Amino acid sequence: MNWWKWLCVVLLMYTVLGGLLFDVPRLGILNESIRNIHFHVPMWFGMIFLFGFSMWHSINYLRKGNPDSDSLAVESVNVGIVFGVAGLVTGMVWARYTWGDWWSGDPKQNASAIGMLIYLAYIVLRGSFDSADQRARICAVFNIFAFFLLIPLLFILPRLTDSLHPGNGGNPGFNSYDLDSRLRSVFYPAVVGWSLLGYWMTISAWRFKKVKQAFESWQIDQHA
Amino acid sequence: MKDVRLELRQKYAIQGIALYLFSAIFVCYMVFQVKRVSLSPPVWNALFWIILLFNSINSVSKSFATEPEGRYLYYLQLAPPAAIILSKIAYNALLLICLSLIAYPVYSLVLGNPVEDQGLYLLNLLLTAGCFAGTLTLVSSIAARSGNNGTLMAILSFPTVLPLLLVAIKVSQSAIDGLDRSVSFDEISILLALNVLVVALSYLLFPYIWRHK
Repeated sequence: MNWWKWLCVVLLMYTVLGGLLFDVPRLGILNESIRNIHFHVPMWFGMIFLFGFSMWHSINYLRKGNPDSDSLAVESVNVGIVFGVAGLVTGMVWARYTWGDWWSGDPKQNASAIGMLIYLAYIVLRGSFDSADQRARICAVFNIFAFFLLIPLLFILPRLTDSLHPGNGGNPGFNSYDLDSRLRSVFYPAVVGWSLLGYWMTISAWRFKKVKQAFESWQIDQHA
Repeated sequence: MKDVRLELRQKYAIQGIALYLFSAIFVCYMVFQVKRVSLSPPVWNALFWIILLFNSINSVSKSFATEPEGRYLYYLQLAPPAAIILSKIAYNALLLICLSLIAYPVYSLVLGNPVEDQGLYLLNLLLTAGCFAGTLTLVSSIAARSGNNGTLMAILSFPTVLPLLLVAIKVSQSAIDGLDRSVSFDEISILLALNVLVVALSYLLFPYIWRHK
């Protein structure tokens, strides 16, 4: 095992233990549910990281035409969607108990749902081509386009309106002044840990696909 | 610009789009029975943008789908891909701007007009039409390359256009309420930036879609 896989395991164990057991600051409304910052927020960091990784591979594919880049781009989108859904679910469960509803139409909630739709459309787009070469090229174009739309969607639009999220619109939360050292000591490792896990999942899924393809072509050779 | 002349030859297509717009507006008018129940401004606004959204998607999706097979080869020899995408975007932007400029008075005529700041509303309309044209042109070129392009056009274009639509609705809502223009300055600059971004991306990415059919 590589060193970064060990790092990922250690960081995530630390996140789960520290996130649930360490002392946290008391803030109105949030109370103990503030611990969700270690599990909900890193999902979005992981998702952005994976989608960025995917876009990078798509650009590489358009420049060099290596089929590996294309399959890596797909796998990171797949894992990114898993992270996004996990982020939505952890957020919704948390919102049920702090905002009182599963879906409150918060701008960030809506924006991330739209982001999921864009990437689900990418998956559907992949299914609608016959030739592998054409599929890879055109999906790479859409993937790059999607990432550039995702950035304003997640980082600019929600800032224009008041959000229910902690730290926005006068809600108590973890701004620079109250994300105190107790939270930080778990939050930063959590972000790195979850992102590494996403990368690990992507690489494993990609290798699995590759082995499967090699095995299938080997089987075909046996029959021929 | 030859694209404009080329499309103008298919007059029935444009007439079709315009008629589609009128019928959509009229259907809304009938369904809501406005003479008896007047619409609240947010509903009025939402309805207008929904009509425009569907109409834009419908009209732009034709831009690549209706090209006959042979004309691709003809274009391919005639012009570099960058020139083709730019002319397509320019044509679609022109088309959508004309459509929204027609739609706006007609819609106000039958459903009333609660807008207080007309200038801002029109500016917003123009910028959004430009953004729609850029995004939808690239998406329609992607959709045209795959097999089942009707469905694909819809599922690719709705989520990609939604962020623009949210900004546009926000600006137009403040125009309706007659808020001070400085309130909408951020949104207007975002629309402008998105316009530039979308055109630049299309310019860079389109050659990859266009080459080797």
